[in-house]
Amino acid sequence: MGTRVGIIGVGQTHHRSKIPECSGQELIGIAVRRALESADLTMKDVDAVVVGNMDHFESINYVDMWSVLGFGGYMKPVMKVTTGGTTGSAVGKAAFYHAASGLFDVVLAIGWEQNSESDTTAAIVTHTEPLIERDFYGGAISGLAAQYSAYMGWSGATEEDAAMVSVRDRGNAARNNPYAHLRKEVTLEDVMESPYISYPLRLLHMCPRSDGACAVIFAQERSAKKLCPKPAWVLGVGSSHRSTYLGDEIGESGLRSLEIASRRAYDMSGITDPFHQIDVAEMYLPAASAGVAWMEAMGFCDPGKGPDLIRSGKTNMDGELPINPSGGVISTNCIGATGLIRVGEAALQVMGRAEAKQVPDVNIAMSTGFGGCFWSDAMVLGSMKYLS
Amino acid sequence: MTVELGNTGTRIYPNRIRLRYNWWLGSVMGRFYRDLKEKKRIWGNTCPDCGLVYVPPKENCPTCFTKMNEFVEVGDTGNLLTYTIVRYKVPFVQPLEPPFALGIIQLDGADTGLTHLLGEVDLDDIEVGMRLKAVFRDEPQGNLLDIKYFRPL
Amino acid sequence: MEKVAIIGVGQTKFEKISPSSHDEMIFEVTNAALADAGITIDDVDNTVTCNNDFWDGRTISSMTVTDASGSNRCTTTNVEGDGTFGALMGLMRILSGHHDVSLVVAQTKGSIGVPGLITNAIFDPLYDRIIGLDAINSAALQARRYMTQYGITEEQFAKVSVKNHKNAKHNPYAQLPLDITVRDVLDSRPLADPIKLLDTSPVTDGACAVILARESVAYKLCRKPVWIAGVGHCSDTYHLGDRDLADVSVLETAAMKAYDMAGIENPLEEIDVAEVYDAFSYMELMWMEGLGFCERGGGGALIDSGLTEMGGALPVNPSGGVLSAHPVLAAGLVRMIEATLQLRGEAGERQVDGAQVALAHGIAGACGQGHCVYVLER
Repeated sequence: MGTRVGIIGVGQTHHRSKIPECSGQELIGIAVRRALESADLTMKDVDAVVVGNMDHFESINYVDMWSVLGFGGYMKPVMKVTTGGTTGSAVGKAAFYHAASGLFDVVLAIGWEQNSESDTTAAIVTHTEPLIERDFYGGAISGLAAQYSAYMGWSGATEEDAAMVSVRDRGNAARNNPYAHLRKEVTLEDVMESPYISYPLRLLHMCPRSDGACAVIFAQERSAKKLCPKPAWVLGVGSSHRSTYLGDEIGESGLRSLEIASRRAYDMSGITDPFHQIDVAEMYLPAASAGVAWMEAMGFCDPGKGPDLIRSGKTNMDGELPINPSGGVISTNCIGATGLIRVGEAALQVMGRAEAKQVPDVNIAMSTGFGGCFWSDAMVLGSMKYLS
Repeated sequence: MTVELGNTGTRIYPNRIRLRYNWWLGSVMGRFYRDLKEKKRIWGNTCPDCGLVYVPPKENCPTCFTKMNEFVEVGDTGNLLTYTIVRYKVPFVQPLEPPFALGIIQLDGADTGLTHLLGEVDLDDIEVGMRLKAVFRDEPQGNLLDIKYFRPL
Repeated sequence: MEKVAIIGVGQTKFEKISPSSHDEMIFEVTNAALADAGITIDDVDNTVTCNNDFWDGRTISSMTVTDASGSNRCTTTNVEGDGTFGALMGLMRILSGHHDVSLVVAQTKGSIGVPGLITNAIFDPLYDRIIGLDAINSAALQARRYMTQYGITEEQFAKVSVKNHKNAKHNPYAQLPLDITVRDVLDSRPLADPIKLLDTSPVTDGACAVILARESVAYKLCRKPVWIAGVGHCSDTYHLGDRDLADVSVLETAAMKAYDMAGIENPLEEIDVAEVYDAFSYMELMWMEGLGFCERGGGGALIDSGLTEMGGALPVNPSGGVLSAHPVLAAGLVRMIEATLQLRGEAGERQVDGAQVALAHGIAGACGQGHCVYVLER
């Protein structure tokens, strides 16, 4: 039987639209160094490495092999995981399994991306099926926009509701998160006056594209206890990579894959009442609209009640269930790292090391990942090894 | 537009992905190429822990993961560690028409090898251990081919 | 380590151009492996796909095979590396205690892209990509370094090609069963000295699938489980010039981990059959050294001795190896499949009699920068 696993260190770069003074390997080096320092470890203590990004953003083949220069990987076991937008969270889960298997003790997860090096949308378009979809696909935004349109139709959600998510997340980033890319508070008016990118999504509903890297250190129980005063124990993980074609998902207004992924993570961790049991959530929101439409998928409210929840203020920093204290994806989106940053930020909350982003008295934190063709990942972390 | 592949009955859809890239060099390779271009100087750097001199320089020692802040200039001459003669064509990415020679050259003062081209040499005369010297390009552009190739000393 | 077994395998016929699409190939091998295991897709509780965006010409290339591998139903991830690494992911999921049955699939259609461009992209865009390095000419640099260091000859490399292509004649899946001589290899078209056409693996379309199960499940489902007794993986540094290309320490390290887990002290004596990743003929000799089948520099003498031929003390690549079929990403997993068939006694005309312990090996990156080694047992 496997072992319990805890996160014992997190490091990330100060994410920006471009970081001209760093090559990709150097970005990785910064994040890894910060993670090792936070755990008081060196690379000698690391038993395996999992790295991830999306190939076409930097055009480097076999990034696992290339990345060893970023973390001194000579003689280390190294593997690459890549699953589109969920890459970061998939890397986190892969590192969890490395440690949980008992085969590797201290495992380093690295997510990184330099989106500034290429035309992000052009690269994203290449994920579509060449014969059927590619000529028509407008990039990541159009699918999300179409989905929110449908959600607005049946739930009564509005563009303003999505704007509230922007105000919340961008505000959190501005006030609390020195690592975030976009650190400018926005008002409801700012968002509603920003131009449409793809109806009903406006510019200030959208995530940026960023350069950055994140490193998270996982360890088996015996080492986690020795190396870290308060590890963030992995209580549950789940994923759902359901659809292949855009048309498979558009008919539904929620995010079915997130519902499934969350439920799997909850079942594994023993969570039965997500809204009350979870103290903080880092949700992967590629657009602010997702912050209205997808909370119900995680069981935070009843179906169709997303607008009520966002309007209630309960997901703000001073609310019952703060969401995205870090500012989330709409403040920072280095795609290969983004999902892992959610894991890292959730871990920091449990470890009590989130600094200005810290929500008081966190016992359970949740992180999600999103990407690909409406794929989802979920990870539940806790201050105890088991849910009591 | 799908086409049939010969007479196989198999249909294919020929297409290309065209994506442009601009890679950030970072400060270490930035310096390497700047001085290669402007001063015809070749920089390496050295690891304070294991003492090896790496060319080209890199931020972190690959073995020790120690930051390498000490830059060391290396010579433009060196020994040929290994080589090959490329006799096939790949579109777009080959700097020369085949047949051309590629090798790994250990420059004087370096502990590692530099991958590069060989030139001004009869392909049949290339031997491991040859002494070589860098030949610089007349109009440098700030990339590895600012050294045109290495020729026998 | 808790016992985990391979309970089902499937592979396509490997060919230069397959009329099947990526998902058709994966559907075929997934169903073949399920049938071989005697289970249905509902019994699989997690999957690992191995797809590479460059080889598939598509970002998030794993999307192409999500449905075909049943990955839409359960936890899944995509390991962008050789199938041996993907299988490790599947193994770790089971060992974690959270899963029971892993399906691992891998595929590439080498025919759809330009391999030279795809492998040129392995190299550092900030440094030596610009001089036109690719899989073949970088391997040539390694081959020559290996020859210089130990005096191995091109004739000895050629013997590997002769052996493996001949072995492929007994493998119905292999792309290139050939009757060739050392002379044929030496006279074949030079690609990048010292590598010639017959020293090189082909470009291949193909896929394969492996199903892993924990001990309790394996015993219930499978008459002939093949146990994973040991596994290890390890990586060298990246820039070719920073490596000693003739040095096999990285493979040695990966192999030692697998041997320690499996309790193997004398690989040459204790292993009955080996399937290794011979993307080029010289590589088989180098990997023999790294795996401890001979001492360093002894690869040439080993092939001369005939020990690794069919009928020898330790047959290597009875399937014909990667030289006879090279579906990128799948090729290492195919080595695990061939080793499994050997241990089950189901390898037909390529069977090594009485095989009880087998070795399977996969590589990553240029010139075998990364390695993954398995010891499998009946």
